[in-house]
Amino acid sequence: MGNWTMAQAITDAMRNELNKNEDVLVFGEDVGNNGGVFRVTEGLQKEFGEDRVFDTPLAESGIGGLAIGLALTGHRPVMEIQFFGFVFEVFDSVAGQMSRWRFRSGNTQTMPITVRSPFGGGVKTPEMHADSLEGLMAQTPGLKVVIPSNPYDAKGLLISAIRDNDPVVFLEHMKLYRSFRQDVPEEEYTIELGKADIKREGKDITIIAYGAMVQASMKAAEELAEAGFEAEVIDLMTVSPFDVETVIASVEKTNRAIVVQEAQKQAGIASQIVAEITERAILSLEAPVLRVTSPDTVYPFAAVEDAWLPNPAIIVEKAKEVINF
Amino acid sequence: MRGLVDKLSTKTIAQVEEQFETFQILNEEGEVVNESAMPDLSDEQLQELMRRMVYTRIWDQRAISLNRQGRLGFYAPTAGQEASQLGSHFALDKEDWILPGYRDIPQIVFHGLPLHQAFLWSRGHFGGSQFEEGLNIVVPQIIIGAQIVQTAGVALGLKRKKKDNIAITYTGDGGASQGDFYEGMNFAGAYNAPAVFIVQNNRFAISVPVEKQSAAKTIAQKAVAAGIEGIQVDGMDVLAVYKATQDARKRALAGEGPTLIETLTYRYGAHTMAGDDPTRYRTSDEDDEWAKKDPLIRFRKFLEGKKLWSEDKENEVVEQAKEEIKQAIKDADRTPKQNVTDLLGFMFENPPVNIREQLEEYTAKESK
Repeated sequence: MGNWTMAQAITDAMRNELNKNEDVLVFGEDVGNNGGVFRVTEGLQKEFGEDRVFDTPLAESGIGGLAIGLALTGHRPVMEIQFFGFVFEVFDSVAGQMSRWRFRSGNTQTMPITVRSPFGGGVKTPEMHADSLEGLMAQTPGLKVVIPSNPYDAKGLLISAIRDNDPVVFLEHMKLYRSFRQDVPEEEYTIELGKADIKREGKDITIIAYGAMVQASMKAAEELAEAGFEAEVIDLMTVSPFDVETVIASVEKTNRAIVVQEAQKQAGIASQIVAEITERAILSLEAPVLRVTSPDTVYPFAAVEDAWLPNPAIIVEKAKEVINF
Repeated sequence: MRGLVDKLSTKTIAQVEEQFETFQILNEEGEVVNESAMPDLSDEQLQELMRRMVYTRIWDQRAISLNRQGRLGFYAPTAGQEASQLGSHFALDKEDWILPGYRDIPQIVFHGLPLHQAFLWSRGHFGGSQFEEGLNIVVPQIIIGAQIVQTAGVALGLKRKKKDNIAITYTGDGGASQGDFYEGMNFAGAYNAPAVFIVQNNRFAISVPVEKQSAAKTIAQKAVAAGIEGIQVDGMDVLAVYKATQDARKRALAGEGPTLIETLTYRYGAHTMAGDDPTRYRTSDEDDEWAKKDPLIRFRKFLEGKKLWSEDKENEVVEQAKEEIKQAIKDADRTPKQNVTDLLGFMFENPPVNIREQLEEYTAKESK
């Protein structure tokens, strides 16, 4: 058992898979000798050699194409996009090519690729680094989008992602990399993709969240408990396609829900969840399902991030609005 | 100072461009103009090259006609480009990987894709891209340039797996304007991966002439920026294309790096059969001038000079092509229609809940 940060847990998941399978390759910008700009691939090149863990030229589209070609020749690429804001440069490879490869080859060729990338606000990065773009990925059939909220989940989910025979976009919230530690087993384990986890049980309202917003929702749930309301907190973990069964079962129990995401309000994951709840459980609802999100502006410059991003106080406020509807 | 810089840069570019003179073996009369470069091909191989070009020309004519009758779907004519397509393909091993563009169907058919599957692909039926195991091709690429970065990956993959094979890819002159074109060459160069990049410069990216694509005088010279070999070849000369590709393949396998081959060619037909009108952007003089360079005419003359080709032989190929095309269309017609249930089944290995639910819904609908 290690007492690890999420960054360490992710490194360990890659180490495990590099050890386990010769065909697993880890590559991207600065992931080799430098160990990645967040040190998430620290030590892997030393341990597995430049043949298995390597730096690429600075070109995201090239990295995506490389992953596709390597997958075609029997490898299991784990490619890193240095910051997810750079995904636009490789959007064709991810959303236009690997996502539809199984489909367009009539189920004869597969793309067992893991696209790893840091994202997320609150760490004061320059423009185009922090944006929550998981909604763009979720719009794409053929992709799974996974966002862990803690070290334990990150390890199990990443091992599953690397072993998955379809492309998985694995997004790592930058603020979670080193903000806390958790006990993580050193041996391998997997967490099934497509399943949500109930992080806190409750009967008065369901709070559905993912990534850094799980921690914020847990804090909000504590405050709500002090006010006498028991909130159930669901961590989606796989945000697309998401675990609709767990969400609906919870809403049918609590009859109230809010969905919390860091991304802007328009379209995206939260909208999809609200739509599914409305289609499937409208008669269970005692109040409208509200969304807690960032406003519909471009991701802001660092100095106003804190005012822009959702936080526990806003989650509590919205939850009370739903409870008191 | 400004003047000095201008002069220097002009001189440098001119020096680079001088290195990219067009490589040719057969002239328009079918005469060997570059004896020392003659590839070592048997009489049978030379005849087979001609057979494939004739076959493809007939197939192209039939495909255009079938398209007009509504019996084929998407089709990008290839007449004029036979030397470029089939000459380069002839230099490959059957286990080499081909990453084709949407016009490069002849190469993948001669690599082993059954003709009726090519027709199914044209019709937008998934059966056209269900490749048999071991047929090392990918579905023809629609996004210009995407196949070029993927080729760097396949080539690196082959090198890692210690295969004695290369990855070859095809695009047009417009493809050379894409960022992916440079990224793919640059990656393959940086990893010294066994890749061959072929740009079939057929003069027009749909309607935009190559002169408007780039200030570079040749596309071949773009290899210089990536630090890889580049060569410009007469793309109407099947022997020159074959030889250039064979050399590039050998170099790649010897660990000497990737090669960019620009073939100077011409498509006689439209960009695709979907409403493109070449008379809007090409003159008949231009068409006539290129018709004189026809790869079939010049190679026929060359073979006839060696007593290796005759009218009878040619007619035999034409009849065989017509017969096989007729049969392939029948086979394509007989293929069961696709339904939404099939498509949902191709999304993931383990379908997630949304797919499972929709599969159930469409299975019920479509089994009625």
